[in-house]
Amino acid sequence: MKTRLITLVLLALAGAVFAAPQTFDFKDPKGINNAGFKLDAPLESINGSASGVSGTVTFDSENPGATTGKIVVATASLMVPNSMQRGHMLSDKWLDAAKFPEISFESKEFKNVKTDGDNTTADVTGTFTLKGISKELTVPVKLTYMKDKLGDRVPGQKGDLLVIRANFSIKRGDFNINPGQFEDKVSDTIELTLSIAGASPK
Amino acid sequence: MAAAILVVGSIAFWAAAGANRGWTKTSVPRKIVDQVTGIEGVTYEKQFVPGVDFLGAAFLGAGILTGASFLFRTRPR
Repeated sequence: MKTRLITLVLLALAGAVFAAPQTFDFKDPKGINNAGFKLDAPLESINGSASGVSGTVTFDSENPGATTGKIVVATASLMVPNSMQRGHMLSDKWLDAAKFPEISFESKEFKNVKTDGDNTTADVTGTFTLKGISKELTVPVKLTYMKDKLGDRVPGQKGDLLVIRANFSIKRGDFNINPGQFEDKVSDTIELTLSIAGASPK
Repeated sequence: MAAAILVVGSIAFWAAAGANRGWTKTSVPRKIVDQVTGIEGVTYEKQFVPGVDFLGAAFLGAGILTGASFLFRTRPR
């Protein structure tokens, strides 16, 4: 009896010391997760967003620098306020959503990791894939770990949340989106913002 | 006469719909905030908001009507 008790205590301590990394799923049941984009244009800037966010991130609150994961955005979920403009954007002349249905970022390495309480900032190097072309990018991100907050967001569920925020820009020409063309009408630079929350149910 | 009605009517419609100086919109983005995480999302509601391209099309239509009126007007006997 005494041996069993000691074994249980040791196992519990080991669990506390070697807390396993958690996997967070970024498919949002509330549909709020989104990736925003902005391109300068002469009359008004083109602002849009994409709601088709999915992917998983493995995060260890004891070691945020070891975070790995992949976030995917469904190309067909990109929206702009003008339906004709959206049709052009998704057509084979621009993003070719039928042939390239996903835009993704897969992390490789975290650098300059700074953690303050539940917030971690870092520069994440990873592979960004758009229109079938993959480029290595370094993106500044902010991670917020929200322990036991899943139930507040999704009633009836227990678990943790991980919020990821990132702002960065890319050149459409680098991804074979009409390189060097129409730059007087649509800028080459695309500003991207990511605001997403992932869930790790217990 | 029809051209004048088209111009005045389209300007009135454009002004009543918010005098949007950008492109015509067929849906309008609305911000939604998640109270737990604080992240901001966007939903789109179907709504027609005429822009300067709408006015341009109306002016072009009015110009065509004016031109046609000169071509097909009845000559006084």
